[in-house]
Amino acid sequence: MTSSSRPAAGGRSLADRLPDALFPKLSGPAIVGLFIAIFLGGFLIFPVLQVIYVAFQDPGSGALTLRNFGDFFATSLFRESFVNSFYVSAMSVVFATLIALPLAYITTRFNFGGAMVVQSLGFIPLIMPPFVGAVAMQLIFGRNGTVNLLLREHFGFTIPFMDGLNGVILVQSIHYFPFILINLSTSLRNIDRSMEEAAQNLGSHGMRLFRRIVFPLAMPGYIAGAVLVFIKVFDDLGTPLLLNVNNMLAPQAYLRITSVGISDPMGYVISVILVAFSVLSLWASFLVMRGKDYSTVQKGGGGLARRDLKTREKVLAYGAVSLILLLVLSPHIGLLLLSLGTVWSYAPLPDGYTFQNYITMWENSQQYITNTLLYAGLAALGDVIIGTAIAYIVLRTGIWGRKGLDYLATAALAVPGVVLGIGYLRSFQGVDVPFIGEPLASWWVIIAIALMIRRLPYALRACMAALQQVSHALEEAAENLGASKTRTIRRIVIPLMMGGILAGFVTSFATAAVELSATIMLVSSDADSPLAYGIYLFMQTPSGRGAGAALGIVAVVIVGLGTLLSQIIVERDKKLKTQSGDH
Amino acid sequence: MTTEMVGIEIEDVHLAFGKTKVLTGVNLTIEPGEFFAFLGPSGSGKSTLLRSIAGFGPQPDGHIRIGGKDVVNLPPWKRDVGMVFQSYALWPHLSVRENVAFGLKERKMPSSEIGPRVAAALDLVGLKHLAERMPNQLSGGQQQRIALARTVVVEPKVLLLDEPLSNLDASLRVQMRRELLALQRKLGLTTIFVTHDQEEANTTSDRMAVLDGGVIQQIGTPQTLYDTPENLFVARFLGTANILEGKVEREGGDIRFVAGTGDKLLLSGEADGTGAIVLRPQNIAISEKPDADTLSGRILHREFLGSQIRYIVQAAGTEMVVDQGHKAGEAGYLPDTDVHLKVNTQSAVWIPQ
Repeated sequence: MTSSSRPAAGGRSLADRLPDALFPKLSGPAIVGLFIAIFLGGFLIFPVLQVIYVAFQDPGSGALTLRNFGDFFATSLFRESFVNSFYVSAMSVVFATLIALPLAYITTRFNFGGAMVVQSLGFIPLIMPPFVGAVAMQLIFGRNGTVNLLLREHFGFTIPFMDGLNGVILVQSIHYFPFILINLSTSLRNIDRSMEEAAQNLGSHGMRLFRRIVFPLAMPGYIAGAVLVFIKVFDDLGTPLLLNVNNMLAPQAYLRITSVGISDPMGYVISVILVAFSVLSLWASFLVMRGKDYSTVQKGGGGLARRDLKTREKVLAYGAVSLILLLVLSPHIGLLLLSLGTVWSYAPLPDGYTFQNYITMWENSQQYITNTLLYAGLAALGDVIIGTAIAYIVLRTGIWGRKGLDYLATAALAVPGVVLGIGYLRSFQGVDVPFIGEPLASWWVIIAIALMIRRLPYALRACMAALQQVSHALEEAAENLGASKTRTIRRIVIPLMMGGILAGFVTSFATAAVELSATIMLVSSDADSPLAYGIYLFMQTPSGRGAGAALGIVAVVIVGLGTLLSQIIVERDKKLKTQSGDH
Repeated sequence: MTTEMVGIEIEDVHLAFGKTKVLTGVNLTIEPGEFFAFLGPSGSGKSTLLRSIAGFGPQPDGHIRIGGKDVVNLPPWKRDVGMVFQSYALWPHLSVRENVAFGLKERKMPSSEIGPRVAAALDLVGLKHLAERMPNQLSGGQQQRIALARTVVVEPKVLLLDEPLSNLDASLRVQMRRELLALQRKLGLTTIFVTHDQEEANTTSDRMAVLDGGVIQQIGTPQTLYDTPENLFVARFLGTANILEGKVEREGGDIRFVAGTGDKLLLSGEADGTGAIVLRPQNIAISEKPDADTLSGRILHREFLGSQIRYIVQAAGTEMVVDQGHKAGEAGYLPDTDVHLKVNTQSAVWIPQ
C-alpha cells in the first residue's frame, strides 16, 4: 500500500534515489489505508482463516486433514442439521416470496390507496431482531397459542405453525421478506414504461406480457432479495436458539463450542460450511445476474403504467394486503401484549394487564442497556470513521490496492456472526490485553469490535454513496482557492458527506444494538452483557418472559427510532442536495 | 413485406389530463402510403396525439379511424399499428433475434415461418449479423434499426415513429432519416413521424401538421407551410421570419402595408385591416440607393455563414434579418453602414390580426 513513486528526475545518481526506493514516502491517505488494512486483517481475516485452518486440522496431531469433515458427515445429527438448515432457508425464501410478491405487485402496478402505507409497514419487521419476535410468535401461533386455541375451540383442529422447523421458517420469512419486497418493488418501479408499451404495441397483454417482459426485467431485483434472505436465514443463530430448535447448523456450532469446548473441531467444520454457503450463494447470484444490469439500456423511466382496480379486484387486493400485514405485524402485537400481560399461558390473550414487567425489566436491565449503548455507539463510530476513510481512498485517490480495501471490508458480509465469534474466541483467548491482564477474547471491547466488523459493510455503502454524490468540482474549487488536500477534506468533503455519514452511523448503531449471534459467543460475564443477550437470558425462564418482552420493546423502540432518524437525515440531505445541485 | 396501404382519419379528437387540455379539436386525414410528420415544440401535444393513435395514455374523445375502422375503443394490442419508441425500448433480457421475433410469437406464427421472417427483417435494416447480440451490446444507431425491424416484421398497417432520431448524434441522424424514408417508400407503409426538428420534418415528410398548445396550426407540404404560413406561430417556427406589424391602406388600385413607423411597402396580394407581414430573410435585398418601396435602415451586425452573409438591420422600427448570397471576393457591407432594403413583396405573406 505504497504511493507509486514517480520515476526520479534525470541526473540523480542511484545513491540519491536509493532512500526513496527503500523508504517510500507514504501520503496521509496511504498511511490511514495501511492502518485499516492491518485492523481488518487482524480482526476479520485472521480469525476467519484461523477457523478454517482448525477445521482442517487433526485435533490430536495438528496435521492437516479432511477427517473432521468426514466425522461431520458421518454423524447423523450433523447430517440432519445440514439438511434442516438448507430446508429452512429455502422454505423461508419461498414463504417470504409469497408475502412479498403480492405486496410488491399490487403497490407498483395498480392505483392502490394504501401503497405508501404498505411500503412503509413492509419495513417494520426489519426493526425487530427476529429472535425477539420468536417468543411472541410462539404465544400467538404456537401449539397452545391464540390462533390454535381458537381453532381448536371452534373447528376442532390445530395447525402446527410453530412446531420445530415450521416455527423457524415462519419467524424468518416474516422477518426477512422486506429484503425481497424492497428489491422487487424497486426493480418493478424502474422498468421503463416503453418496455411494456412496446410489447402491447406488438400484440401482447395480460399474463403473457407479465411473464415474457415484466417478470424477467424484475428478476435481478428478486434474485438479489432472495439470496439475501437465504444467507441471512442460513446463518442465523438467535431465532432457532430461542425457539429451542437445535438441529440446525448455527445452533450446533454454538452448542459444540459452549458445551464441548473451544478445541472441539465440529464447531469449526460447521463454521466453514456456513461461510462456504454464504460465498457460494453470493457467487451463484452473481453468475445469474451477470450481464443483467438492465438499467443502462432503459432510458426513459417513468415506471410501469398503473391501472385502476375494479371493485371486485379492490376487495380482493385490500383483503390480501390486510391479511399479510396482520401476519407481518403479529410479532410486534404479541410482544407488546406479552410485555403488558400478567400471565399469558393456555389462553388466547393475557389474563390481565400491568406495567410490572417494565418495572422488573428496568430494575434488572440497566446494565444491559448501558452496555448496549456503549458497544453499539463505539461500533457505529468506528464504522463511519473507517467507512469514510475507505470511501475517500477508493473514490478519490489512486493508492495501490484501494479496491482491495473495499473488498476486504465488504467481505464481512459473508462471515456469519457465529463464525466471527468462534474465530475471536480461538484467536484471542491466549492474547492478554496489556495493563489489564485479561484475555482479549473476554474483554468487553472485543464485543464492540465484533459489532463494528459485522456492520462495517453497511456503513461503508452509506459513506460510498454519500461521497459519490459530492461532485469532484466542489473539491477542485476549494483547491483552486488555495485549500490543501487535508483542509479540503475537512471543510468541504466531510460536511457534504455528513448526511450520509450520519445515516450510516444510525443504521449501524440500531442494528448493532440488537445483534445476538456474534455477541452470544463473546459475552464472558453478565456484567458485560448487551441488551440482546439480556433478552435471551430473560426468555430462558417462563417467569422472565414478561420482562424479556419489555426489554424487547426497548430494543424495537431503539431500532425503530434509529431507522426513522436515518430516514429523516437521508431525506433532508437529499432535499438539500437537489436544491443546491439542480436548477 | 408489403401490406395493403391504409389511411388514417382523425376526427374531432379532444384530450385533457385533469384540467389541462392536451389536444383540442384535432381533425386530420393522412393518405394511404403517405409519410406524414407531426412537428411542434415540446409540450405541443404531438407525442400525445401519436400515442393516442397507438392506444397509449388516456382514451381521447372523438374518432381515430385506421383503414376506415374506428380504433379509439381498442386496447393497444388490438390496433395493429407499429410504433418505434424514442428510447427504442428494446427488451434487455432478450437477444436481437428474440426481440424481433416477439411480435410474431404473439401472433402464434409457427416457428418455421418466424425464422425466415426475422432474418428478412434484419436483412432489411442491414443487421443480419447481429442477431445473437444482446441490446446492450449495440450502438445507438444499431438499436434504432433493430427497433425498426422489430416493428415492421409484424407488417403493421401503419408505422408510428416517436422522435426516432433524437437519441442519435448529428451525422448519424442525417443518414438514418434517409434510410427511414427509403424503407418507408420500399414498404409503402403509411407513416407518422413525430419530431421537434423542422429540418427532419422538411426533408422526410410528404406533408406535415404543425402543432402548438394541443391545436393543429396548419397542415400542408413542407414548402407550402414555409412559403405561406397561416399564422405567426407557423411563420416563426419554420425558419427565420421578419415580422412587421401594421395596417393596410388602399390608394387607387394599390394595396400598401404601413408599418407602425410609417414605412410603406407595396403588397402584391389581397389584404385588408390590421395585421402583420412575414418576410423571409433571403427575400430582401440590400442596396445603397433608395428606391420606391424601400425601407431605410442601418446595419447593426453581420454574421458570415459561408454560403451567405446574414445582416441584422435596424429598419421599420425593428431588427430585421437579411441574408445575402456570398460569392468569392465580395466584401459585403460593414456594420454601421446606412442601407436600403428592397423587399420582394411577391413573397410577403399577409397575416390579418
